[in-house]
Amino acid sequence: MIINHPILGPRDAQEFVYLGDASLMNRPDTMTAGIEAFHDWLYTRDNPAGLHRELWYHEQGDRSWLVVTRNTLTHEITQVELARDVALALRRSK
Amino acid sequence: MMAEMGLVAARERATLPGTMRQRMHHMRYSGFRVIAEALRGHKGWTPAWRDPVPQAAYDYVIVGGGGHGLATAHYLAKEFGQARIAVLEKGYLGGGNVGRNTTIIRSNYLLDGNQPFYEFSLKLWEGLEQDFNYNAMVSQRGIINLIHTDGQRDAYTRRGNAMMMHGADAELLNRDQVRAMYPFLNFDNARFPIKGALMQRRGGTVRHDAVAWGYARGADSRGVDLIQNCEVTGMRIENGRILGVETSRGFIGAKKVGVAVAGSSSRVMAHAGMRLPIESHVLQAFVSEGLKPVIDGVMTFGAGHFYVSQSDKGGLVFGGDIDGYNSYAQRGNLPVIEDVAEGGMALMPMIGRARLLRAWGGIMDMSMDGSPIIDKTHIDGLYFNGGWCYGGFKATPASGWCFAHLLARDVPHPTATAYRFDRFLKGRMIDEKGQGAQPNLH
Ligand SMILES: Cc1cc2nc3c(=O)[nH]c(=O)nc-3n(C[C@H](O)[C@H](O)[C@H](O)COP(=O)(O)OP(=O)(O)OC[C@H]3O[C@@H](n4cnc5c(N)ncnc54)[C@H](O)[C@@H]3O)c2cc1C
Repeated sequence: MIINHPILGPRDAQEFVYLGDASLMNRPDTMTAGIEAFHDWLYTRDNPAGLHRELWYHEQGDRSWLVVTRNTLTHEITQVELARDVALALRRSK
Repeated sequence: MMAEMGLVAARERATLPGTMRQRMHHMRYSGFRVIAEALRGHKGWTPAWRDPVPQAAYDYVIVGGGGHGLATAHYLAKEFGQARIAVLEKGYLGGGNVGRNTTIIRSNYLLDGNQPFYEFSLKLWEGLEQDFNYNAMVSQRGIINLIHTDGQRDAYTRRGNAMMMHGADAELLNRDQVRAMYPFLNFDNARFPIKGALMQRRGGTVRHDAVAWGYARGADSRGVDLIQNCEVTGMRIENGRILGVETSRGFIGAKKVGVAVAGSSSRVMAHAGMRLPIESHVLQAFVSEGLKPVIDGVMTFGAGHFYVSQSDKGGLVFGGDIDGYNSYAQRGNLPVIEDVAEGGMALMPMIGRARLLRAWGGIMDMSMDGSPIIDKTHIDGLYFNGGWCYGGFKATPASGWCFAHLLARDVPHPTATAYRFDRFLKGRMIDEKGQGAQPNLH
């Protein structure tokens, strides 16, 4: 698979480390959210067959985190964003 | 030719009275039978199971006609005396992971929650062919896990002791003992010298398809309806109780529904509004052209992810890591093929001369701690069996038995008490590799 890095252009997926569902970026506040919400965030996943937004880390590159939108049925990648931009947008929308 | 004969038999069967039909399906297989049929031009064989039309309702509906679903139905009928059972399979029986795996069985786990369960499974394998009257080619040819460092020897010594404490067999082999078995291995590799191995002689391989077929025939002969081309597309749940499942062949009512769909676990349980501690990942496997006998057991490389055995047809059957990203594609990518090939070359350089015949993939239900779940859900009458990761083939007999136990009696089997949904909430993970909630590392 080729990941089209927003800054570096097309890179082989082998340069990256895969973390998982991009919802891992929305960690609940452990002081207020309660143990169930924290459990759901850490241990459960939607695991969809189809479009999946997921976190990839460019370990053998510029060490940036990316949010990649990929189809889990075909492996086709349709969107790649810097996780930083996604996180900032998320914060603004809160 | 065979298919043609099957068709003729099916047509004849359709016109037979009920009792006669029953008897045809209780045909016992034996050596004598093979000889008798050979003399009669093989005209007496009948299909191994019926192709029934689904009834309106059952006591038990098992979703998924893989190894685990079929074993569950077989034991529900045979060991727990239950009736009115159906297995619903979206494709054909055994077309999922049970027909895609590398057929290794063993009980060499470390942790308390796992080892008694896998040892129970190995004991069931040892009596399986008599139990369901089918040749599953259970072959206890022995498995060795190679040791390359002193630290690894300590870890395997500990594991071997844990296995023996749970009644399984384990042996620590030194370098010379391994060399006597497999002289062609790369013992003096500068980076990964082979220093010994942990061996389980009772481990080995089983003909995977035959496991599905044997359980299917065993279940069918006890009246279980095996319904193929029947995809579960929804669940009817009212007031916290399941009433049945919506399928591509209409609604089918059920008092109890047991889901055993491996890589499709999250998709099917989403019909009940559940979000599971599971990610689906692709695992690939490979087979070489047929070669003369060279590896008579099963072997795992301890310094990279590579394992190999040789099939009775002579092909080297091998594999390695999962691809590492969520996937439902049933096919992997080239980097893992390269990684597996490198592992093979490091361990036994002569493998480089063999040609690869086939590569394929299956979808694994990777759980958050690498261990499975056999549990009730919060919905009355709905039960779940999954999270088998890349190691659920060896578990097939015990998984079926324990799931049948839970379905029939509503309490977990003694060897499966740790396989609960709430273990993540309660901090009772069974994490053999100590990797945490990162499914692609288990
Ligand atoms: C390449 C590879 C190598 C492996 N090697 C080993 C090994 O050496 N040793 C080992 O112990 N394990 C191994 N495994 C793991 C093992 O194969 C699986 O853990 C095990 O087979 C899963 O259980 P099952 O047989 O019930 O799954 P499956 O055979 O996948 O059965 C699940 C069934 O559910 C059906 N289904 C899905 N959705 C629906 C629906 N909506 N409605 C109706 N039916 C549905 C599917 O069609 C499928 O037939 C390997 C797996 C792979 C892919």
